[in-house]
Amino acid sequence: MTDHAIPPVALEYAPAPESRAIVDLRPSYGLFVDGAFVDGADGRSFKTVNPASEEVLAEVAEAGDADVDAAVAAARRAYQRVWSRMPGHERAKYLYRIARILAERSRELAVLESLDNGKPIRESRDVDVPLVSQWFFYYAGWADKLEHAGLGTSPRPLGVAAQVIPWNFPLLMLSWKIAPALAAGNTVVLKPAETTPLTALLFAEICQQADLPPGVVNIVTGAGETGRALVSHPGVDKVAFTGSTDVGRQIARSVAGTDKRLTLELGGKAANILFDDAPLDQAVEGIVSGIFFNQGHVCCAGSRLLVQENVYDDVMDRLKRRMTTLRVGDPLDKNTDVGAINSREQLDRITELARTGDAEGAERWSPPCDLPSSGFWYAPTIFTGVTQAHRIAREEIFGPVLSVLTFRTPDEAVAKANNTPYGLSAGVWTEKGSRILAMADRLRAGVVWANTFNKFDPASPFGGYKESGYGREGGRHGLAAYLAEGGEDA
Amino acid sequence: MSRLDVRKTYKLYIGGAFPRSESGHTFEVSDAKGRFLANAAKASRKDARDAVVAARKAFGGWAGRTPYNRGQVLYRVAEMIEGRHDQFTSDVAAAEGLTKPQAAKKVDAAIDRWVWYAGWADKLAQVTGNANQVAGPFFNLSSPEPTGVVAVVAPADDSLLGLVSVLAPVIVSGNTAVVVSSYERPLPAITLAEVLATSDVPGGVVNVLTGDADALAPWLAAHLDVNALDLTGITDAEGAAELEAEAAVNLKRVLRPSAPDWTATPGIGRMTTFLETKTVWHPVGV
Repeated sequence: MTDHAIPPVALEYAPAPESRAIVDLRPSYGLFVDGAFVDGADGRSFKTVNPASEEVLAEVAEAGDADVDAAVAAARRAYQRVWSRMPGHERAKYLYRIARILAERSRELAVLESLDNGKPIRESRDVDVPLVSQWFFYYAGWADKLEHAGLGTSPRPLGVAAQVIPWNFPLLMLSWKIAPALAAGNTVVLKPAETTPLTALLFAEICQQADLPPGVVNIVTGAGETGRALVSHPGVDKVAFTGSTDVGRQIARSVAGTDKRLTLELGGKAANILFDDAPLDQAVEGIVSGIFFNQGHVCCAGSRLLVQENVYDDVMDRLKRRMTTLRVGDPLDKNTDVGAINSREQLDRITELARTGDAEGAERWSPPCDLPSSGFWYAPTIFTGVTQAHRIAREEIFGPVLSVLTFRTPDEAVAKANNTPYGLSAGVWTEKGSRILAMADRLRAGVVWANTFNKFDPASPFGGYKESGYGREGGRHGLAAYLAEGGEDA
Repeated sequence: MSRLDVRKTYKLYIGGAFPRSESGHTFEVSDAKGRFLANAAKASRKDARDAVVAARKAFGGWAGRTPYNRGQVLYRVAEMIEGRHDQFTSDVAAAEGLTKPQAAKKVDAAIDRWVWYAGWADKLAQVTGNANQVAGPFFNLSSPEPTGVVAVVAPADDSLLGLVSVLAPVIVSGNTAVVVSSYERPLPAITLAEVLATSDVPGGVVNVLTGDADALAPWLAAHLDVNALDLTGITDAEGAAELEAEAAVNLKRVLRPSAPDWTATPGIGRMTTFLETKTVWHPVGV
């Protein structure tokens, strides 16, 4: 095949921007406590910006200790008086209602998600928001079947759940947290990330529209300080966190010696392993989706590509060729593949870590691409000549930066893939079924995608080994994180 | 002249061998009435680290056995304890100040508990795994796997039944263990180690440290090559909180202290704490 060497002709699509008129953006937002939007106790607020343009989207209240107290108290009241006493089939109907409203308002949610997060509308519209609705629909069905979840004949909810979620999938992470908690009979106080609070606040409106009893869902906005106040609050029974391994460690320390249950969904540095017999074009699509989906802001991103040495040149040709067709730019343009980096802080972190790749002798390549002049942008990047000792092979970059390594034998691939303190996910590309199964068996990772990548489903448990955290989200296992065993056969 | 008895030197059990503590320290073990029973090896920080190395080395092989085989190996241990019933009975009676019949009942329960766990080896995946019905053309399966090296602080009071009740659930799924026995009552643990050494349990799968849990546990809690920590035998709440906080260094899975009724049939919680769930996706098509 020689045509790989021919530079592809750029296809000039006309811009196809999604209208943002569907979103009714308010200049300022309060906290959602006990079923109502309220001002923060001390009146502090912060701004949330559109990372694609740096335009200020809204002012959002910053919850302090008193606000967190009020939210936890509201959740406790709702837990004791209403939600834990409600028959499961009634709770189910509320969750079904929410699932339906999410679907009805999906366009509005997708636009707002892309505005606040910077992710392409193609992804928020086709991936995030449909999954969010599906997540509530799936867990709604569990609410009246808890005794069949494998946790004894009468599993009990834990009480008030404190939930802290990251900025990479603001709504999706909200649904992963809130849907199983509510299905199991818990009430929640959720803190969205400070750079992406808006869709959580729109979700609060949806709770109102669904007539969800006040206090069942509370949303406190703020940064790390608010999160700390929430997870260390003595009135919470369960802490669930998705985010960085460092913060996860701090939270694990802070709940030590308490009765609080804890689940952590932390970072990753996933290996995407490509064997010489793999369907190469499909594999290249998988590599691209693995690292450039959501600008690489994915904890399970396939950020370490391991290519079998004898197909390395061919794979790199195809990969570079494919990368030149990626369209970087306006997240609201329906043609956009790669959107904006979520914040200046994150852009700085990516830039800094990528520089260590240069400094340590790896070779950098990016396709030619014009980046917008305002906003936060990083061109899709690959590093070749990477060794296991390089920082870019060891540390999570959390951006559109791929490190490429090679291997010769399956044993070497396994050893390199497992040579990390993380263990969230891995990819395997080969046509040989027995090899897929053997690799899946030997990889120390919570999710193994074989001949596919970055697939999520509410019925499928997701979570990490080792320092990628503990507990699973999705499926029956995700429910278990919000229930205590009860009954005779527990 | 009457015959002089041959007294036993009690040692540690690490990597399938019975070393003395590298520190050279021992401690006096007395029976419930304070009468001298033996000098037991007092494990040091270095012994704990050696035990972790042995447990890590044994992990791949043990986790890689078929569950059917692990079940058989565990059952074989029960057979071996049964064969040494009298020795265990006198060990437990001396350690816990029980009459021979009382101690014998505890040994019976320990054997039965071991058999109970043996039967779980090839059923765990059926009970804790799933076929996941996802909304797309994918084969999607979740199954349990062992988490790795588990450090266990055994119950302080119940020297054999308690020890068996915390050890068997750790190893049945393929984890390997470093166990710190009861400090006051370590001798049944060493007798159990002798059983393990002569059964079919590979060396390093279980490592038994006798000594002061308060001194050893912090090293195990902070060890970066330990994946999980069972604090069952820690009786001081503040100490347990410190150990749990220390375990956060590499996000160890932690089982908090508890004092369950060891005679009751356990649930599966002790096993599931030390399991990971692996989910595998593959497209379905032609």
